[in-house]
Amino acid sequence: MSIFINTSSKVIVQGMTGSEGTKHTRRMLASGTKVVGGVTPGKGGQVVDIDGTSLPVFNTVAEAIAATGANVSVVFVPPKFAKAAVIDAIDAAMPLVVVITEGIPVHDSAYFYAYSLKSGKTQLIGPNCPGLISPESSNVGIIPADITKKGPIGLVSKSGTLTYQMMYELRDIGFSTAVGIGGDPVIGTTHIDCLRAFQDDPETEAIVMIGEIGGDAEERAAAFIAEYVTKPVVGYVAGFTAPEGKTMGHAGAIVSGSSGTAQAKQDALEAAGVKVGKTPSETARLMRAILGR
Amino acid sequence: MDLYEYQARDLFEKHNVPVLKGAVATTPEAARDAAADMGGKVVVKAQVKVGGRGKAGGVKLAVDPADTFEKASAILGMDIKGHTVHKVMIAQAAPIVDEYYISILLDRSNRTFLVMASVAGGMDIEEVAHTTPEKLAKVPVSAVDGIDIALAKKIIAQAQFPAEIADQVADVLVKLWETFQSEDATLVEVNPLVKTEDGRIIALDGKVSLDENADFRQPDHAALVDTASTNALEEAAKAKGLNYVKLDNGQVGIIGNGAGLVMSTLDVVAYAGEKFGGMRPANFLDIGGGASAQVMADGLSIILGDPDVKSVFVNVFGGITACDAVANGIVQALELLGDKATKPIVVRLDGNNVLEGRAILSAAGHKLIEQAETMDGAASRAAELAAM
Repeated sequence: MSIFINTSSKVIVQGMTGSEGTKHTRRMLASGTKVVGGVTPGKGGQVVDIDGTSLPVFNTVAEAIAATGANVSVVFVPPKFAKAAVIDAIDAAMPLVVVITEGIPVHDSAYFYAYSLKSGKTQLIGPNCPGLISPESSNVGIIPADITKKGPIGLVSKSGTLTYQMMYELRDIGFSTAVGIGGDPVIGTTHIDCLRAFQDDPETEAIVMIGEIGGDAEERAAAFIAEYVTKPVVGYVAGFTAPEGKTMGHAGAIVSGSSGTAQAKQDALEAAGVKVGKTPSETARLMRAILGR
Repeated sequence: MDLYEYQARDLFEKHNVPVLKGAVATTPEAARDAAADMGGKVVVKAQVKVGGRGKAGGVKLAVDPADTFEKASAILGMDIKGHTVHKVMIAQAAPIVDEYYISILLDRSNRTFLVMASVAGGMDIEEVAHTTPEKLAKVPVSAVDGIDIALAKKIIAQAQFPAEIADQVADVLVKLWETFQSEDATLVEVNPLVKTEDGRIIALDGKVSLDENADFRQPDHAALVDTASTNALEEAAKAKGLNYVKLDNGQVGIIGNGAGLVMSTLDVVAYAGEKFGGMRPANFLDIGGGASAQVMADGLSIILGDPDVKSVFVNVFGGITACDAVANGIVQALELLGDKATKPIVVRLDGNNVLEGRAILSAAGHKLIEQAETMDGAASRAAELAAM
């Protein structure tokens, strides 16, 4: 098993006809993902050939679902049009919508997150995230598929490149699912959602959680771990050297006053029994020690 | 982006939130002229993006234009918690009988918007929240539903505003919501919101933060950017489209791909630097996924132009990017920079096509480049080189 996506995931790509959408559709197909079509308003009826796979393009997500039975959408639509694209997917009751787009105004992401809650039928991942991968089963987003394999570790991270780094460090052991939840102030799926799913997933034996400065998601996750998670968890937090008041790359990565510091997050995780590494490599070693490999 | 008080006042005025007359001045002469235009008493207020300016002597009442000149002379150039005062706002003075608090903000924890309102205004709201939480109403607001007059009245009633001004304050709250939404703000705060002797409700002091992701649909916001207080290196980096933050007291220049990995690189360098007399990272620089030769050259030239930098650490994980492309980028960047490249550069490449990438750097044999196989090892070597 795995969490959120598996071999029966049928994926449509919103924004497939754009350059990023096309590039990553090719990569997703190459890693064995069942991509079944794309959505670009105004281009419905076209057929796009990607490395020998013919993919139909639809005007709306509802049409795409009706024609293909898709149950996952991945969004590569530029920031200006991302809100409309996500609303379209929610209106079509798409079960899982993964928003890769970086730079979406927070009023738009707050809107589509609130809209998804009202609909009650759509789980959002992202925005501004690398997506998720269940190695050898399905890969939705931009995570490179060839740096690891299927295995017993579950990974949840705010950061894309740290996800890749950690997958690479532990590539010989492998992952059930790795989820990049994104570093924006408002995101759909949280550390807690992933921790719960990993705890309930029989294939996942241990969990790596990667956090970074800003907000209080890691502190909340720590409280959740103490209460609910019995599987071993190792953690890593980036941003100890980040100064107050400066945004460090991700829109949400900012220390304001005493809130959102890396130290506070590390302290909370350790208090919940999570072993926290000082560097990504040390974190990987902690995981190896736990799994005895 | 956090705005100055005078910019917040201007935005409030644009959205019909009641404010007093205000003008910004950078010289005592301009301050005097602004006071003369307004007539009567004015308040001279230091414009700094930090709290506690009143206690620091950055807010003074002036009785006439000549007095305004004196007060502005004293405040301009003043240091308030490390912020030099370059501008003052000249604000009309008003007889105040009561002070309240209202804000609308993005509540990250609950992934929604939040209104906070209190009749205990004029003081530090965190203090109010801590000591007398019952005096602070906190009401979540859905981004889908927003705030209409009916909800505004409910919130104001919950915050126990006096009945005779409740409708007026509710109307202000709706206008603040319009400001918050139409300006793509992440914070709109009025503290204090005041009642004057003649019964008017006025936003006397305000804080506004704007979402830079929305710049594409907010053409007016570019004019609000405060270039004077931006670091010269940061400004040069921004002009080249680089995501760069200068850090104080650092010696190791950092280039990496991906915000999380770069943040982690800073930490790992600071950690490794403890063994070498406390070497620290000098900057954050994320060159993103592409990492073309030009982007690498732009990044390296910014970092090598920083006099604090003694060594450079290039830390790239090839996920989508291939390491051979990054290696070619580094080699070409050093060719572009020529004699301008003078500091040792430790490169750690890993991931996609790593062997090809390392081979390209080895073959180039550039005297400034050293390679390291691990992130921790590279950080340690870069710190060591910086300490030499």
